[in-house]
Amino acid sequence: MAAPVSERDQLAYISNQAADARVNLEFESEGMTLNMGPQHPATHGTLRILAKLDGERVISCEPMPGYMHRGYEKLCEVRTYPQVTTLVNRIDWLGSFANEVPWILAAEKLMGIEAPPRAQHIRTILFELSRIGNIALFLGDLGIQLGGITVGFYAFRDREHVLNQVEAVTGGRFHPNFDRIGGLKDDLPKGWIAETKAAMVKVQKFCDQVEDLLIGNEIFQARTRGIGIIPPHVAESYGLSGANARGSGIDWDLRRDNCPPGLVYDKCDWTVWTHPDGDSFSRSWIRLQETREAAKIVDQLLDTIPSGAIMAKVPRIIKVPEGEAYVATENPLGEMGYYLVSKGDLNPFRVKIRSASFNNISIVPWLCKGVYVPDVISILASLYFILGDIDR
Amino acid sequence: MPKKPQIPGKGMFIGLGVTFKEMVNTLKPDSKGGGPVTVQYPHEKEEPAPRSRGVITLFEENCTSCMLCARECPDWCIYIEAHKYLAPPRREGGKPRQKNALDRFSIDFSLCMYCGICVEVCPFDALFWSPEYEYSEFDIKNLLHEKERLGEWFETVPDFEPYEAGSEQKVKKVPG
Amino acid sequence: MSVSPFGVLGSAPVLAGLDPPYWAATLIKVGVVAVLVPTTALILGIVFLFKVMSWMQSRLGPQEAGPKGLLQLLADGAKFIQKQDIIPDAADRFVFKVAPMVVLISTFLLYVIIPAGPSVVVESLDTGVFFALAMSSVSVIGILMAGWGSANKFALMSGIRAAGQLIAYELPMVLAVVGVVIQAGTMNLNGIIAAQADFKLFGVVPFPLFLLTQFPMFLVFLAAAQAELTQPPFDMPVAESELVGGYQVEYSGFRFLFFFMGEFATAFAFAALASVLFLGGWSLPFVASNSDLYTSTAFWLIGPAVLFTKIMLVSFLIFWFRFTYPRFREDQLQKVCWKYLIPTCLVWVSFTAIAKVVW
Repeated sequence: MAAPVSERDQLAYISNQAADARVNLEFESEGMTLNMGPQHPATHGTLRILAKLDGERVISCEPMPGYMHRGYEKLCEVRTYPQVTTLVNRIDWLGSFANEVPWILAAEKLMGIEAPPRAQHIRTILFELSRIGNIALFLGDLGIQLGGITVGFYAFRDREHVLNQVEAVTGGRFHPNFDRIGGLKDDLPKGWIAETKAAMVKVQKFCDQVEDLLIGNEIFQARTRGIGIIPPHVAESYGLSGANARGSGIDWDLRRDNCPPGLVYDKCDWTVWTHPDGDSFSRSWIRLQETREAAKIVDQLLDTIPSGAIMAKVPRIIKVPEGEAYVATENPLGEMGYYLVSKGDLNPFRVKIRSASFNNISIVPWLCKGVYVPDVISILASLYFILGDIDR
Repeated sequence: MPKKPQIPGKGMFIGLGVTFKEMVNTLKPDSKGGGPVTVQYPHEKEEPAPRSRGVITLFEENCTSCMLCARECPDWCIYIEAHKYLAPPRREGGKPRQKNALDRFSIDFSLCMYCGICVEVCPFDALFWSPEYEYSEFDIKNLLHEKERLGEWFETVPDFEPYEAGSEQKVKKVPG
Repeated sequence: MSVSPFGVLGSAPVLAGLDPPYWAATLIKVGVVAVLVPTTALILGIVFLFKVMSWMQSRLGPQEAGPKGLLQLLADGAKFIQKQDIIPDAADRFVFKVAPMVVLISTFLLYVIIPAGPSVVVESLDTGVFFALAMSSVSVIGILMAGWGSANKFALMSGIRAAGQLIAYELPMVLAVVGVVIQAGTMNLNGIIAAQADFKLFGVVPFPLFLLTQFPMFLVFLAAAQAELTQPPFDMPVAESELVGGYQVEYSGFRFLFFFMGEFATAFAFAALASVLFLGGWSLPFVASNSDLYTSTAFWLIGPAVLFTKIMLVSFLIFWFRFTYPRFREDQLQKVCWKYLIPTCLVWVSFTAIAKVVW
């Protein structure tokens, strides 16, 4: 008969087995599960990416959004129209004015109100300014994700000029809350046009700096050329929009092709940039060119602001008549649309927000099969999403 | 299409030049157009724009306790208590008028999202924006500003600016 | 073939005429290195990581701690030391604790052979350069230990990347130095400096730096040093945006301080090596190696000052590349090493050997 095993020995044996099991579990040769968890510098916020790795290659990759869901569509059902305008700022918080525009245009479509030309003009200017603010940060973030931190600082520094101009008009840097059904809340303060023109000069200089420091850099090109190639038919089937689609060669820009009434893009001279490659580099390059275009558009529009009223005649208490309307605009992140269903009340009956980033990251599992882990970072940086936009 | 750098390594050289130029620029004195972008808070402070949404102030004389601001606030952070009283008639032999007297008007800035709907909606111009932003507290209950504190901010309200050429808006006046 | 005239003098520090017993001399040497390593890490950290990086990014850097923020790293060091010592539950405790010390030991050993003057050196070895390169590769073990012992997948990935990278980049570093050694004829660092001071291009034109004749090797050495320090553009092991600190991710408090000090002190040591090998170390330009200036007492101060200036120049280059470039992917990193740097080295070494015989 064997000697009785003491409790202490038993516990030691069990813990040794457990330790071994833990080691074996982690290093099974079929792959390692890496959780690029909600807190991670590369995921622009609280996005969880569950990746199965084989060494450094990704076998499968699954983004798990939802950590930032705030229940926007339900919130909109219990808020009045001016209150919803305030809330809507916070979906894509980097280009906040851009979120208000399709919402207000949808409500105006249902009410049958058209904003006066001066308001439409200034609305477009602020829309493009928010585009510059958003994409300038993207360019900086691209550098930071890939290791060139200096570009990030330059981006924040030069974005300040745009934010200061937005603050001078609306009072808020990040959440302007300026668009109203029928026009804008207030008119431009004296001297704003000249200051904004100076700010656009600085933005152009920043774009040149980014081109010299990042886009033209051989290391950056080695990290992004040929990485994350999206063929055009795949881009269309996943519903990509904005610079991601144009990076694959799809020539589609809602500002030119399906511009809703209320924005004045047809009154200025600008180009739509596309790139046939479909890789991370092309998406980044297109965004740089879009920033330059936006600065050009703002410059042209600032010279031709018509005089007139800033607000149409709108009742004090806004009740949108019954009906449904869908308005989509070319937001900095892609196509953003609001499907507004109204039953004639003070509150909307249902608001469905079509956000660009949700569709943009739906391609990540398909795209990240078989790439290296650093390439996942480069792909995420170039697809560019904002968590508030994905999760709403 | 972007130009590929002709000499291998040329892009890297240009990049080095950018950072070096930036460093030289930061070290140049302010008088020559250089200098860092840092504003050394709290020793130096930036001037916010006059329309900047810093804090809400109350001009109590104009307030009639109509409760529109409290109703329209998306966060319900305005607390108003008022009572009705009979004011003496305007002329001899007239009816006594029913008026509202404001007992309590407080804004909870820990909830406020600085949207400005209350200021916009007030029909009697009793609420104004002020660009003051330095009112952080150590205790969250001190962020509930009562009537007196809201009135104290009123001195910091700047005059409304004139508009750009071509505008048809009339410049509003700050009372008092 | 020049034999260093300093070989005799440099074997023991001359302490103002005293001749201390062996144990006392050893204690003094250990003390000097122990003080020097954190001090140089501090200087490099403050000047480059805080100030120069800030200036390149249009900002000012720390301003509050000390005059113009120059004591910020001291404050940081004090903060790190008083932090709680956290060891992850699943970590291998011994490996986890010892890893930073292994990295730091390799740094300490590097400081032993750096000469700050003809006789201002802790130990003047005849195998100087060879010793330096051998000791710098000890840190690889420390990094691997940190990566494994942290029980963290991110740390593990970083440790494995680091192993591949650091071992690969040893080769260009060694080969870059071979050219210098062939030209100088000795591996003793003081001897290399003397050879540079006496160097004549084509046997005729006096030119006191190996920088001209070994310029590609200087660039290769800088690149290899950057890779050995895991700094951008070769910082895959510590890729902040992917691995959030890599092998250092589970370290906090004074253990992290060891890693930090190790990284910056090693940067200083590599810059010192580069200045000695390529820029002439403590020698002044156009002053021959047997001049009286080098043996005067004033040179006890001038020598280190000259070396320090050259080190600052080289460090500026290293950190300039660090702040400007994005990082290579691991396989691109290896490609750069094996396909570009090593063939360049081999070609230049053979060229140097031929030139040495001819001239």
